[in-house]
Amino acid sequence: MVPVGYYTTLSAVLFTIGVVGVLVRRNPLVIFMSIELMLNAANLAFVAFGREAGQLDGQVIVFFVMTVAAAEVAVGLAIIVAIFRARQRINVDDLNLMRW
Amino acid sequence: MELAFPVIGWRVITPMLLVTGTGFACLLLDLLPPKERKGHVAAVGLLGLALAGLATGLLWGQRETAFREMVALDEFALFFNLLFCVATGLVLLLSHGYIRRQGIEQGEYYILVLFAALGMMLMAAGTDLLIIFLGLELMSLSLYVLAGFFRTRPASNESAMKYFLLGAFATGFFLYGIALIYGATGTTSLPRLAEALARAELGRDPLLFAGLGLLLVGFGFKISSVPFHMWAPDVYEGAPTAITALIATGSKAAAFAALLRVLLGPMRGLQPDWLVLVWILAALTMTLGNVVAIAQSNLKRMLAYSSIAHVGYMLIGVVVGTQLGAAAVLYYLAAYTFMTAGAFGVILLLERRGAEAVQLGDYAGLAARHPLLALLLALFLLSLIGFPPTAGFVGKFYLFSAAIEAGYVGLAILAVLNAVIASYYYLRLIVYMYMREPEGEPVVAALTPAAGLGLAVAVWGTLHLGLAPGPLIGLAQGAVGPFLP
Repeated sequence: MVPVGYYTTLSAVLFTIGVVGVLVRRNPLVIFMSIELMLNAANLAFVAFGREAGQLDGQVIVFFVMTVAAAEVAVGLAIIVAIFRARQRINVDDLNLMRW
Repeated sequence: MELAFPVIGWRVITPMLLVTGTGFACLLLDLLPPKERKGHVAAVGLLGLALAGLATGLLWGQRETAFREMVALDEFALFFNLLFCVATGLVLLLSHGYIRRQGIEQGEYYILVLFAALGMMLMAAGTDLLIIFLGLELMSLSLYVLAGFFRTRPASNESAMKYFLLGAFATGFFLYGIALIYGATGTTSLPRLAEALARAELGRDPLLFAGLGLLLVGFGFKISSVPFHMWAPDVYEGAPTAITALIATGSKAAAFAALLRVLLGPMRGLQPDWLVLVWILAALTMTLGNVVAIAQSNLKRMLAYSSIAHVGYMLIGVVVGTQLGAAAVLYYLAAYTFMTAGAFGVILLLERRGAEAVQLGDYAGLAARHPLLALLLALFLLSLIGFPPTAGFVGKFYLFSAAIEAGYVGLAILAVLNAVIASYYYLRLIVYMYMREPEGEPVVAALTPAAGLGLAVAVWGTLHLGLAPGPLIGLAQGAVGPFLP
């Protein structure tokens, strides 16, 4: 059996990739995908820790998180589409109407 | 094999059920004609909130948990339920005329406000990190949509996008924090977490500390504390003003409710570890909020920075962590709800050349043209400064005296200095309204009966909490009883 430590390490790596992705990428869609990566890293950690503790709780939580993530996708894509309609391009650097 | 049917504690979630039912009823009602006017949806929403508030009053004093200790019925949850009912009710009253004038009168608006309120209630009542997470998401997703409700205005789109991306980013941190805490303790339930943490060997688990840190980042975003505040000014400026009021009052109160329940509940034993962190957050938040607010000429932005500063004051109560400190936070949240909703309520009534009057210059000589509205705005601003005999004064008094009593004199002095800085930009607006000559095209006010009622409630709250603070501070002290006896 693969030790739990491997899974948690992978999850930490995925989470870090997600955070870095959000910070360095400029396309809202890619930023959004990076956020999804962070959520899925948390899912992996939940499942791994749940298995380690011998409980089902961790896996049940993942279902809730997936539901929330799906709802978030719906809202997020709707907002991105609304902006794309108004400007014909999407780049977070263009979102500079308001600053300071 | 026999399956045991779980006992469902419907009674515990009565206020939430009422708001849910109202939300669904409004969804159906929205489909019926008239298509252009949606005032009846708002009226049903208000009725549902009033019923939820009534149910909260009837349940007062009971203590129960349900759904395997995932949701609690205690004074803490009930206090916040009442606060959310008032805040959301105020927003509904102020919204009605506003969204009609702005041409976005749609039933979804009211429905989303109701579901945001449901999320807030769930956050305050949740005694499981998962439930708090679900409540947070329900509230946030509704607010993301509401922030972008002016679909054709670039500023509103932009504010929705910024709110969404940064909010979802914070959600990622929050969730990973929960995962790590689950890994360290094997549970997400707050009562069981407290038991697990009481066992000494767990107390210094790095996994637990990393989890708590990530959780604090998530909370920091939601309460817009420095350095996680960058979204707030842009979102406040671009969102419909009534929604700005909801984000500033309700969503902040909900995040504080969950923060208090987690930090002063199971994490209380780790106070020496998180104390310094929250101390620094409080000091930075109030100072930066107030200093940057001085430079703002847009009123909504100014109030955004002012709300950041107020979060700094409220974090003092979290640092103090005594019964009085936590009760002072609850009191301050109630006072802040009335005065901020009132201030935004006046702003959203004023228009110039068909656009919302949000620039400082628009308010020059307002007292001559609209003496009543100018007077009300001045009252709310004085309360935000902390001028007696308003709610803001009593709130600050309780917070700062709790800090001094617990020995955090440095933080109290910093907060008082900050309050002095803050009075500059609030008073500047009052000076504009009363001592400048009106210039340019006249500012018109569109005072509707519903908005008038909303403002009246806000004024009543601001003055009543200032003149007779005793009952509410008593309620607040009872409310923090479940974890700070």
